[in-house]
Amino acid sequence: MDNIVDKVTNEDYKYGFTTDIETEVIPKGLNEDIIRLISKKKNEPEWLLEFRLEAFRHWQTLTVPTWPHLSIPEIDFQDIYYYAAPKAEVEGSENKEIDPELLKTFDKLGIPLHEQKALAGMAVDAVMDSVSVKTTQQEALAELGIIFCSIGEAVQNYPELVRKYLGSVVSHTDNFYAALNSAVFSDGTFVYIPKGVRCPMELSTYFRINAKGSGQFERTLIVVDDDSYVSYLEGCSAPMRDENQLHAAIVELVAMEHSEIKYSTVQNWYPGDKDGKGGIYNFVTKRALCKGNGSKVSWTQVETGSAITWKYPSCVLLGDNSVGEFYSVAVTNNYQQADTGTKMIHIGKNTHSHIVSKGISAGHSQNSYRGLVKVVENASNARNYSQCDSLLLGDKCGAHTFPYMEVRNETAIVEHEATTSKISEDQVFYCNQRGIKTEDAIALIVGGYAKEVISKLPMEFAVEAKNLLSISLEGSVG
Amino acid sequence: MLLEIKNLHAIIKSNGKEILKGIDLSINAGEVHAIMGPNGSGKSTLSSVLAGNPSYEVTEGEVIFNGKNLLELSPEDRSHEGLFLSFQYPVEIPGVSMSNFMRAAINEHRKYKGLEPLSASDFLKLMREKQEYVELNNKLAGRSVNEGFSGGEKKRNEIFQMAMLEPKLSILDETDSGLDIDALRIVAGGVNKLKSSENASIVITHYQRLLDYIVPDFVHVLYKGKIVKSAGKELALELEKKGYDWIKKELGE
Ligand SMILES: Nc1ncnc2c1ncn2[C@@H]1O[C@H](COP(=O)(O)OP(=O)(O)OP(=O)(O)O)[C@@H](O)[C@H]1O
Ligand SMILES: [Mg+2]
Repeated sequence: MDNIVDKVTNEDYKYGFTTDIETEVIPKGLNEDIIRLISKKKNEPEWLLEFRLEAFRHWQTLTVPTWPHLSIPEIDFQDIYYYAAPKAEVEGSENKEIDPELLKTFDKLGIPLHEQKALAGMAVDAVMDSVSVKTTQQEALAELGIIFCSIGEAVQNYPELVRKYLGSVVSHTDNFYAALNSAVFSDGTFVYIPKGVRCPMELSTYFRINAKGSGQFERTLIVVDDDSYVSYLEGCSAPMRDENQLHAAIVELVAMEHSEIKYSTVQNWYPGDKDGKGGIYNFVTKRALCKGNGSKVSWTQVETGSAITWKYPSCVLLGDNSVGEFYSVAVTNNYQQADTGTKMIHIGKNTHSHIVSKGISAGHSQNSYRGLVKVVENASNARNYSQCDSLLLGDKCGAHTFPYMEVRNETAIVEHEATTSKISEDQVFYCNQRGIKTEDAIALIVGGYAKEVISKLPMEFAVEAKNLLSISLEGSVG
Repeated sequence: MLLEIKNLHAIIKSNGKEILKGIDLSINAGEVHAIMGPNGSGKSTLSSVLAGNPSYEVTEGEVIFNGKNLLELSPEDRSHEGLFLSFQYPVEIPGVSMSNFMRAAINEHRKYKGLEPLSASDFLKLMREKQEYVELNNKLAGRSVNEGFSGGEKKRNEIFQMAMLEPKLSILDETDSGLDIDALRIVAGGVNKLKSSENASIVITHYQRLLDYIVPDFVHVLYKGKIVKSAGKELALELEKKGYDWIKKELGE
């Protein structure tokens, strides 16, 4: 392979532009006053301010985690703007007219926000920096009793629901970044699907970082009641900058009896340039609670962006017969680093989990799978099957697998398979001989390798995800 | 002349060992040339070098294909120019469906000729039509490229691809090995159907039985990296009967 790898060129990051818009920021740094200020800006009730302060006090006792297989430059948490709000609405406009600059931005990102231009079969919550700019299709959804709005709006309109579930799956004591997020979180999405409703369209959130020097601390909470179903998708992007920007999110999912949540991510944060300068630090805590019997949660992620990714979308399988799934493709190129995987915690009886992880490493990147399968004492008849594959392009990158198993019940069946492969010269030559040039051959082979995961994405996004895969590997093979 | 090989020398890049030691061969459109020779004599290496496999390096000689300097073309352009290799060991590409693979190949060929890509329906029609050449089951075409195919299925799949791409020169490297008696007849029938006065083939084989179906105009013996004997189709019959010892003797070995 050596003779065809190595011609590393600067890849194209299509979403690297900046929007010039008036943005309200609060002073840099983090202390109780800043937190009070954020809470005040968002007009929050007292209990939520207390929630934030408690998290902040706990965070102060913590140190940055060092166990991931990542080398993370020191982050100065006092040198970040924790709140940056683009002035979304045109001043003095009557019916909350959105600034055309913002509409243009999201148009450019392929996310039309005009109701009349809205993508068919899809509702979007568009978040820029710390605030939600617009949520589409809300009325159509409300007719079914579905709540789909920004978390800020939910705090105002559905405080009981938010209070009941916020922090119920990911507590602020969970980890360093969970504590930080709980203290300073800004906008994200809130979804509630009432009993017996199958959400008729894809719900999605598009996260955009725009302001310089800021971090994004989104918070998403999805609660799906008995016998209901939702498919939710998140996408994201950020400008190309020399500085590193922090994205520390929490996503909490709650699935009640016989409900199902499909949560898909196409992660395309700016990965930094070919020498590893700039890019987003993507440190995210995502967890689902399969609370009801027979509930099911599937996480599907295609991770191509970010300078550093640190995330483990997990399922706590509390209800009997509940099912957790994790399908992941993580691509790293140039100097990107990823430490990602999942945790499946089997607590109820007859719980099943399925893990498929496909890592693709190129350039000088490091790509790790880290997974935990835990079966507690009373979790009889738990089943897990994990498959972790790594594909290497070139010989300067690394792929690592850290599967942990903790099985306390002897009726459990836990299986793990791992493979590491390289794209062989023979495969590339076979394609060449049929007239397919090397770059397209690699895209074809990688697409085939990732197919099992890509096929789990909603159709409209599968194509985009495939394109992203080949774009992020552009230049990794000459 | 379709193909003219002059004094071709090639080495294995990884160890520098010379495998082809001065090959001369001329092929006209409409001809079938059989290449035979003991194991390890360099038959597959010759096909690989003609197709542009980067594991080998040409150290001397020249190859003119269709009026162009073949050795200057990239492997994909050699394919676009009409050179097809049916691999002795076809490669598996997991997760890539035969139809996706062939669609990419066909459209690259069309692009080279300045044609628009085929529409999905025209492409499927073409697939169905060409599958019939080798009686390839439609199900195989839906599966990943060669993945889990039996030895015989892989060989049939090579000829199916040849039918799709309609090459000017096809090199069939032991396409008969691993085929059962019926499959041999089907594959050979497919090759014969594709034969015309415009194209030519090089058939590499160890056995006369394939040449019963695909009748060669010339038979060459490749030995230790050189063509040491060339004659008409009767040479294959003689080799079948007597083996290679008499040729080695003729060479004074
Ligand atoms: N990539 C390679 N690396 C190392 N040795 C090679 C390589 N390719 C060919 N060889 C060697 O070159 C010689 C010729 O091989 P080649 O495959 O061309 O023979 P062949 O005539 O096709 O034999 P067979 O009838 O068994 O298919 C053999 O000794 C083989 O081991
Ligand atoms: Mg051979």
